[in-house]
Order: sequence, then structure tokens, then C-alpha cells
Amino acid sequence: MNFDKELDARGLNCPLPILRCKKSLAELTSGQVLKIVATDPGSVKDFQAFAKQTGNELLSSAEGSGEYTFFMKKK
Amino acid sequence: MDEKKMAIIATKGTLDWAYPPMILASTAAALGYEVQVFFTFYGLQLLRKDLSGLKVSPLGNPGMPMKMPFGPKWFQSINWNIPNAVQAIVPGFESVATGLMKQTIRNKGVASIPELRDLCQEAGVKFIGCQMTVDLFGFEYDDFIEGIEYGGAAMFLEFAGDADICLYI
Repeated sequence: MNFDKELDARGLNCPLPILRCKKSLAELTSGQVLKIVATDPGSVKDFQAFAKQTGNELLSSAEGSGEYTFFMKKK
Repeated sequence: MDEKKMAIIATKGTLDWAYPPMILASTAAALGYEVQVFFTFYGLQLLRKDLSGLKVSPLGNPGMPMKMPFGPKWFQSINWNIPNAVQAIVPGFESVATGLMKQTIRNKGVASIPELRDLCQEAGVKFIGCQMTVDLFGFEYDDFIEGIEYGGAAMFLEFAGDADICLYI
């Protein structure tokens, strides 16, 4: 998937992936896509909840070899 | 739709109990909430410029696992069951426990309290220091970080009365 910016949130624990995501999204314009890579298993539900509450769209969420990759489209 | 609001009363002044208000306030702000945290009694310790005095005490705290943040995995998984009576008479026990906890926090990628506090302030969380506690404990405004308002119960309730979430921590 194409993306405009990547956030490396590996090794970070709650709530840092969400807070860093919020910051990174602020640097994008509406419609641009942020790729996030995290290792916190709790981040899966957290990013779903973040998207639901902020109106940013979670395009995809995938897990592989202990890493979670998310694509978030800015509102 | 109006912005959602969250009001928190932070009453605890230890390293462990510094986390819930700071995590919830910073996260809520990231989710678009308007957040106010009212720091009263020991909670005021969380607003000090110098947070190195925040400690965690395993004494009389049976819920706290006592594990070592270094060494091989089998060693790290041991829960050291140290009797209260021993903890109480060993000088510096609390400082050692705090040092180990801080190391664990770093190892696990958990944010530090100064970091979370900065993130709260950057995100526009409003910190209110309890004026009565400042007077009661003989603190000086100079002990605390910039950007705090000082007020009392009525000031907090004015905001909390309209809040969607109100927590006492």
C-alpha cells in the first residue's frame, strides 16, 4: 500500500504509539496515509479505537512476526 | 458535536500512581477530548519541576511484583517475596525498588512521567494545582512547572460538571 509517511513505534508501549501517531498525522494533510509499525499487542485495539473516535480511517491492520502494521488515512 | 470533556482528580504522589492520570490525560487529548487534571494533596508532587523524588514503595503493597530488570529470563521471572518487616528496616529499600522499577519501565518501552507530562501539556491538557494544598504543605509556586493554574474545588467542579468522564485517581 502507498503511504506518505512512516512511523516506527516499535518497542514503545501504551500510550506512546497512539500519541506518536497523533503527532505524525498532524504533519500530514487530509487524505494522506500514515504507515505505523508497532510491537505492542495492545496497539491493535487501540488504533481501532483511535480511528473510531478521531474520524481518521484505519485502512488496514496486519500482524506478522511480532510486528503490527497499520495504515491510517488522515481525515 | 461539542468536544468531549474529561476531568481527573489526581491525589497520589508516587511513581506508580503518577501513570494513570498522565496516560489517560495524554491519550484523551490525542483523541480530541478537552482535559483538565486537578492535582490535590500528594498529587501535587506530579507537578514539581524536579520529578526525581517520585518513588514507588513495595512496603505494604502485596500487589506489586518484585522482579529484577536484568539477567537471564529465568532470573527475571522470579518474584522476590520480601517480608514487610525486612523491607521496613533495610535503609534505602524504597530507593532501590524505585531504581529497579525505573529500569523495568525503560526496558518495556513505557514512557517516563516527565515525558508523559510534557506530552499532556503539548496536547493542551490543563493542569490545575490545588491552592489549598499548596498552602497546607508550604509549597512555593516556584517548585512547580510553568503553565499551571491554581484554584479550588469550585473551579474544578465548574469544568467537571460538564465533563463526559470524571475520574478520581
